[in-house]
Amino acid sequence: MKLVTAIIKPFTLDDVKTSLEQLGVLGMTVSEVQGYGRQKGHTEVYRGAEYAVDFVPKLRVEVLIDDAAVDKVLDAVVEAARTGKIGDGKVWVTPVETVIRVRTGERGTDAL
Amino acid sequence: MDTGDTAWVLASSALVLLMTPGLAFFYGGMVRSKSVLNMMMMSLGAIGVVGVLWVLVGYSTAFGTDVGAGLLGKPFEFFGLDGLLGKESLSGTIPTTVFVSFQAMFAIITVALISGAIADRARFGPWLLFAGLWALVVYFPVAHWVFDFDGKDEAGNVVDPGGWIANDLLAIDFAGGTAVHINAGAAGLALALVLGKRVGWPKDRMKPHSLPLVVLGAGLLWFGWFGFNAGSALGANSTAGVTFINTTVATAAAMLAWLLVERVRDGHATTLGAASGVVAGLVAITPACSSVTPLGAIAVGAITGALCALAVSLKYRFGFDDSLDVVGVHLVGGLSGTVLIGLFASDAAPAGINGLFYGGGVDQLWRQVVGAAAVLAYSFVLSLVLGYLVKLTVGFRADEEAEVGGIDEAEHAETAYEFGSGLAGSRGSAKPSVAAGASAVLEGSN
Repeated sequence: MKLVTAIIKPFTLDDVKTSLEQLGVLGMTVSEVQGYGRQKGHTEVYRGAEYAVDFVPKLRVEVLIDDAAVDKVLDAVVEAARTGKIGDGKVWVTPVETVIRVRTGERGTDAL
Repeated sequence: MDTGDTAWVLASSALVLLMTPGLAFFYGGMVRSKSVLNMMMMSLGAIGVVGVLWVLVGYSTAFGTDVGAGLLGKPFEFFGLDGLLGKESLSGTIPTTVFVSFQAMFAIITVALISGAIADRARFGPWLLFAGLWALVVYFPVAHWVFDFDGKDEAGNVVDPGGWIANDLLAIDFAGGTAVHINAGAAGLALALVLGKRVGWPKDRMKPHSLPLVVLGAGLLWFGWFGFNAGSALGANSTAGVTFINTTVATAAAMLAWLLVERVRDGHATTLGAASGVVAGLVAITPACSSVTPLGAIAVGAITGALCALAVSLKYRFGFDDSLDVVGVHLVGGLSGTVLIGLFASDAAPAGINGLFYGGGVDQLWRQVVGAAAVLAYSFVLSLVLGYLVKLTVGFRADEEAEVGGIDEAEHAETAYEFGSGLAGSRGSAKPSVAAGASAVLEGSN
């Protein structure tokens, strides 16, 4: 099993969610995060004074999937999240040792 | 007594009181979220302290019988408003108590205005002490100079001499460009110097935490300001009408001018700029609203709006942390509005005086400059003295840990907002001993 973590622009969430649903991914966890990559932050001006805002608001999307689905899921997320402009985010994959569904106690792929 | 005049001044008094909570929103939105409550409490505290002092000795000091040279009234003449409550006690066409109420609100807002200079770092108790001392030593006498006109009998002889700026210098200050705005602005500069810079200023720029609150505050200020300016006609009459429209149009022009400066200099017209331009315009037209035509008001507003938009950068150049630009907006705006009367005054307006641009020569101009300079110097010096007095006796400033952690929590044991996922509420355990009625609420949240 794999954990796919995607940092995306907030407005692309609906597209990412729709593509993942179409692939049969049954759940996701979304959190609001802040950060920066190579695009750095932006500047705001208050009464003529410039403020560097280093951390840009992003969403972190996490989905647990079966090994076989990794390539399709990655393609779907990247395609849905891409605008072609700077700051589109990153996606990475980490191996997961096991997963347990709390309600039933099912383990492994049965719990996905 | 005139019932129409009385009704208007009563309504105006309530309008002017509303300006102080409005100012609390205006200032509160501009500070960081960890100090918004302390910012608002400084305005509320001014209502408390100055409201009480006004009835005790404030009104007498400002409007009592002059003790000599137009400097102040007898402080205990009307202690507790003694002798002013009867039907026969009138101030012009309105009951004296109505005039007392109206002027009380001016004293309150003037003290509250100062607090913007010392955001995020002043302890609440010492602020209250300063507010009371400053009202007694600075505002009440200056209000006497500017607002207490000679009382005359029917033959025109002076029977109740008033303040020197109003009666001897003959500077025009209709609603308080000197007594309110230059006065508060100079005091703000003094206090910013006494308390010193905030931790991290100016390297860490401290951006406003809620611009919607700032706009709400600016709106309430503008609304209340109609009472401030048009109410200063002290009657429901044509002077009130002229000052009302001038207050509208000068403020509109000032907002546009501030936004234009921003658009040219920074590339964007900002919300904070619009709200600030509104206040700058209101400040500028305050002394001038009875002496200029609506076209003159547009000029006074536009010039001051642009001037203040530039002046708010001065603190970075000179290195004083006037946190919310009390100097850049109130001192500079007050000076601008007061002095521009000398240029734009027109005898078509109720004051009936011509300024330099209307063929009146420099006579009114120098009177305006002297009046403005006198209030500026008196307020700045006395505010420095009082500020250091508070600092060296009880201490004025919060310690660094309180300031960095948030003065709301350190001074008031409160925080303005519940951030995060809502888990924060379940972390602490409630003490049920607070009050019997509170326990049900506390249980509900666990």
